[in-house]
Amino acid sequence: MATETTADGRAGPVGRIRARLEGPNTVGNSRRFWAAFAVGVLGLVVYPAIGDAGDLSLFLVLALLGLSLSVVWGYAGVLSFGQVVFFGVGGYTFGVVSINHATPSGITAALVLGVVGGALVAALMGYFMFYGGVRNVYVTIITLVSTMVMHTFMAQTAGSEWTIGDAALGGFNGMPAIPLLAVGIDEVFTIQLVRNTVELQAPVVGLVEFDLFYYFIVGVLVLTYLGLRALVNSDYGRVMVAIREDEDRTRMFGYDVKRVKLVVFTVGGALAGLSGVLYASRNIFIDPQVFGLTFATLPVIWVSVGGRKSLLGAVVATIGIEYLRVSIEGEWALVVLGVLLLAFILALPGGIVPWIDGQLDQQRGEAPESRPDAPDAPAEVTDS
Amino acid sequence: MANWLNLAFQFLDSFAFIVLAAAGLAIIFGIMGVINLAHGEFILVGAYATTLAVKAVGLPLPAAMLAGAVVTAGFGLVVERTIISGAGPNWVWERLEPRLSAALPDQAAAVLPSGPLIEPLYDRLADSMVATFGLSLIMVQGARIVFGNSIDQVATPFGEVAYGAFSYSAYRLVLAGVSVALLGLVYYVFTYTDYGMRARAVIQDDRTARALGVNTERTYAATFALGSGLAGLTGALFAPVISMQPTLGSQFLVEAFVAVVVGGASVVLGTALSAAGLGAIESVFSNQYGTFFGRIALLLTAILALRFLPGGITGYIERVRKRRRRES
Repeated sequence: MATETTADGRAGPVGRIRARLEGPNTVGNSRRFWAAFAVGVLGLVVYPAIGDAGDLSLFLVLALLGLSLSVVWGYAGVLSFGQVVFFGVGGYTFGVVSINHATPSGITAALVLGVVGGALVAALMGYFMFYGGVRNVYVTIITLVSTMVMHTFMAQTAGSEWTIGDAALGGFNGMPAIPLLAVGIDEVFTIQLVRNTVELQAPVVGLVEFDLFYYFIVGVLVLTYLGLRALVNSDYGRVMVAIREDEDRTRMFGYDVKRVKLVVFTVGGALAGLSGVLYASRNIFIDPQVFGLTFATLPVIWVSVGGRKSLLGAVVATIGIEYLRVSIEGEWALVVLGVLLLAFILALPGGIVPWIDGQLDQQRGEAPESRPDAPDAPAEVTDS
Repeated sequence: MANWLNLAFQFLDSFAFIVLAAAGLAIIFGIMGVINLAHGEFILVGAYATTLAVKAVGLPLPAAMLAGAVVTAGFGLVVERTIISGAGPNWVWERLEPRLSAALPDQAAAVLPSGPLIEPLYDRLADSMVATFGLSLIMVQGARIVFGNSIDQVATPFGEVAYGAFSYSAYRLVLAGVSVALLGLVYYVFTYTDYGMRARAVIQDDRTARALGVNTERTYAATFALGSGLAGLTGALFAPVISMQPTLGSQFLVEAFVAVVVGGASVVLGTALSAAGLGAIESVFSNQYGTFFGRIALLLTAILALRFLPGGITGYIERVRKRRRRES
């Protein structure tokens, strides 16, 4: 596909970039999609002028967590409840390191170490599982149990023996007063990202305030999305999808299935760790709730509702569901959320975004190539 | 001596808890391939129904417990027909769809799904997890809206057994007895009854079973009702000893899952073996280092068991058998 599109005469730098980002593994391979995408990003950029950027920045951080599951589950077929483990490890690592070294250099190192921590735990768990022959639903259950272990363990770290340097883990009460996120090298160049509003004189509208953290998150999310699109449409991405569709057959073709799964799981862990770091730095707080059963289930819900075989679906559904969770007030909020989940998973098992994509294709009179919203054959779902 | 007795009681307690928590889940997972994340809330239905039957209706406790189990089985049947199999909504849709598409303009009618609205969730592990998680959200919050944050509890029957400086609730001993009896009953149902035969045929190969005249849909519905009924019974049995709040189901869920997956495919043998093993580990570690470490030990054991015995304990037995066949 990639070679065909460039052969279409869309050479030149734009054509080459599009060829890398497009392919059968993602929805949206048309000029129209990219126009809509640009509008969407522009919407995110101007949103703080009309709405509350504080809440939205949280949803965007969580969208990274959703993306991490989408890659691991939707593309490599490994249904993991453990993304929140890597998320929490990332957040706690960031907290511990940054409290102990509360200078911009230290905090930058904490950010990196948080991501590395998430990746490392994911790599260890992945090695333990995939090279131990654990497959299918048993991977799911091991990752689920691992969140319980972390939850039980972190909840009992209230005592003073559970401090690392100056950082107390704090048990159920969590870890407060995490330093504000700042990046750079001490005395050379530093910039504080959290709780830092920059005022700029714009030509038409006058004085404009920029919440730096929000724009940082938007940038990270857009780059991550595009990067993952390039990954899943690359040859490596094709192998991932092959593993999702039929693990044994892929191995017969000579691919090292275990290593691919380990690599994807580690990438997912790093991404979840990054999300956790940003979550902890946005809230300047983290507690063991992030390992709880409810929070562990949320990424699975976002990705299922949005469409697990669609990166865009993960982002859209995360933002949508979290927005609903925050904005429906009162005692009926959880009931409404439950009804929505039930309705979506029963009526659109393939997820919203692939469904919309299919509808748009139909309206344009194109035959939908492979109906992504078709309910999965049982054999395939047991692979997850 | 007293500590050994303590340990023995602790073991019986863990064993009974795990068996009772897992039995209903094991049947539904093993036979239908549905991961029921609302399992804890089925236990909640049983517990609330029992408590209300005693407090509001005035039934004696054993009759109330039976009522709790029956109510939950009925509730399970409704859930199976509407959500898990989708038969109810599909039936309605079949009648509604022609009228709707006639009434709507063509563009809108084209968007309507033409076939059945809902695909059954059988053997769709991930989807069944999400769907039942939605159900569990609705049920927990619904219980909170209807009944408030807690309801009055039934008194624990039978009093205490005293030994040395310690005493132990006699009712908990009864629970241990009931859990063993329950395993026996489930074994009997699946081995000697007509339904059990059909259910096992459906597990092994549902197409062939259907071709030979087994009404698989009815078997699935009956299985889900049976599993729900067992969950309801668990709730009923624990109603006098745990606090009656909408979130009571969540304390059962983890142990139930762990026991089911560690046990493996065989419902009775797997659940019994894993409950015995996990119960022993949990009670020894709780006895020595406190409940926190008991729980962590249980969870870590589960992870190790899954890593080294993929397919659970009964799956391991199967694997050894296969390897031997290959070597010979």
